[in-house]
Amino acid sequence: MATRADAPRSTIGRLERPAITGVLVREIVNFSSYWRSASFSSTVEPTIYLLAFGFGFGSLVSEVGGYDYIEFIGTGIVATAVLFSSAFPAMFGTFVKYQFQRTYDAILAAPVDTEELVTAEALWIAMRTSVFGCVPMVVAIFFGLDPSWGMLAVPGIAFVSGYGWACFGIAIAGFAKSIENFSYIVSAVLTPLFLVAGTFFPIDTLPEWAQVLANFNPLYQCVELVRAAVFGWEGWVDLLRLAFLVGFGLLTWRISIRAMTRKLVD
Amino acid sequence: MSAQPAIRLRGVVKRYGEITAVNGLDLDVPEGTCVGLLGPNGAGKSTTMRLLTGQAIADEGELEVLGFKLPEQSKVARAQCGVTPQLDNLDTSLTVEQNLLVFAHLYRIGRHERQAAIERALGIANLNDRRDSRVDKLSGGMRRRLLIARALVHRPRLVLLDEPTVGLDPQVRQELWALIDAMRAEGTTILMSTHYIEEAQRLADSVLIMSHGSAVAAGAPAELVAEHAGREAVEVYGSPAMLAEAEASARAAGFATRRTGTSISVLGIEDADGRAPEGERRPANLEDVFVLLTGEEIE
Repeated sequence: MATRADAPRSTIGRLERPAITGVLVREIVNFSSYWRSASFSSTVEPTIYLLAFGFGFGSLVSEVGGYDYIEFIGTGIVATAVLFSSAFPAMFGTFVKYQFQRTYDAILAAPVDTEELVTAEALWIAMRTSVFGCVPMVVAIFFGLDPSWGMLAVPGIAFVSGYGWACFGIAIAGFAKSIENFSYIVSAVLTPLFLVAGTFFPIDTLPEWAQVLANFNPLYQCVELVRAAVFGWEGWVDLLRLAFLVGFGLLTWRISIRAMTRKLVD
Repeated sequence: MSAQPAIRLRGVVKRYGEITAVNGLDLDVPEGTCVGLLGPNGAGKSTTMRLLTGQAIADEGELEVLGFKLPEQSKVARAQCGVTPQLDNLDTSLTVEQNLLVFAHLYRIGRHERQAAIERALGIANLNDRRDSRVDKLSGGMRRRLLIARALVHRPRLVLLDEPTVGLDPQVRQELWALIDAMRAEGTTILMSTHYIEEAQRLADSVLIMSHGSAVAAGAPAELVAEHAGREAVEVYGSPAMLAEAEASARAAGFATRRTGTSISVLGIEDADGRAPEGERRPANLEDVFVLLTGEEIE
């Protein structure tokens, strides 16, 4: 018996692949039962924004920031779709799985730790986001946005942004005492960030201080990166924007693990 | 049988703010046995279960599960444990088979053995013909069987059952007892928390009675009964006033008593030679021990 117990001792590792795969398998199998509603809410809402602003605003202004309005909004809207398919499902999904379905109790009783659980959940949401995030852009193509090879990079940008926002949502769920608290985050953080991201109007019409602050808005960096991908790369500044999004993802990743460990392990 | 116990706790303390949920608990579960953790609500049974899966971290004391030190090596220990929680946490929108598939992955069963493991678990739960049913379409008893089978999918060495039959009707309970007994017969080590005395008496090789976070007695059910409640008891029935009087006079005569709600049980009357009050005689049981040791007052 002693040898049997000694042998696996060396296998205690962090971020083990079988653990992450196990959590991903659970999500993928579950997705087969709810993909219709998830796809609907993640893609229809940004598409409505696209059409409403595109037709409503687009009839007033023909050109914004040097682009046709449909080009401007058809690319900027990717950030909105990213937010809707990552931060929101992460906040609500995490809270429901932790509080109501007690799914995380079941998973953590298996050889999976909180770090692996959170990482796998965020990866899964990021994967979904890389698809959902592109849907309104594809819709915009039918309304006059010219396809370009650079668009192939957009799922990657959506993935990196989506990972950060998924971790942000998981962290909020970890800190929240009740699901009602989410409305503070939505009203005070997400709505302002999503409006001043350069999606619907260019931020250079804003006061200078707001323009400086906007640089720290991951949604603004996402918008700019998507425009660069679609209309032409600008060089170093694109790499800086990507580095910012990666940094945002790493920071929220660590914070979300801390928040969830506090919540799940007493 | 191995010399090393499957579970070994020494002086374990777990506090939540002002409340001490587990207070200096010692617990040994020898490999291949079934140990019952008995105690009233709030005695610390569920906290003890959470400590054993690393979902709660002890403030003091030593914990070893299957030879692994907790919390550091908890993940390795968990790979060889199966856990049935008190509250059902199945994925209700998935089918029976999908639930087992997910846990076959979480417990790292290799690709080639996965289907066989799922089939075996379906057999244990006796849900072969419900494999494609969604969990929310199952009866309470079926869900409970699935919950237990899910914990057995990877053939664990140790199974932790937290109140396995709570809230189920007697027929379903019998069914689950048969399932647990079969597990025991295969040599799986079991730690089972319960507040159903009959469950512990039927299934456990030994029981540990907890009160206020620590052990108040431990041993085989029959030994505990003999030691604390004697061989025979007498039930005295009557009006509340008569019961109070019977209780007082039995205590004055040196007998241990307990209230059952409708009667007074006077314990240890086998050698009483006529000093015992009149009433219905019956053998002493584990419930007598339980109430004697954990107190009659509800907190």
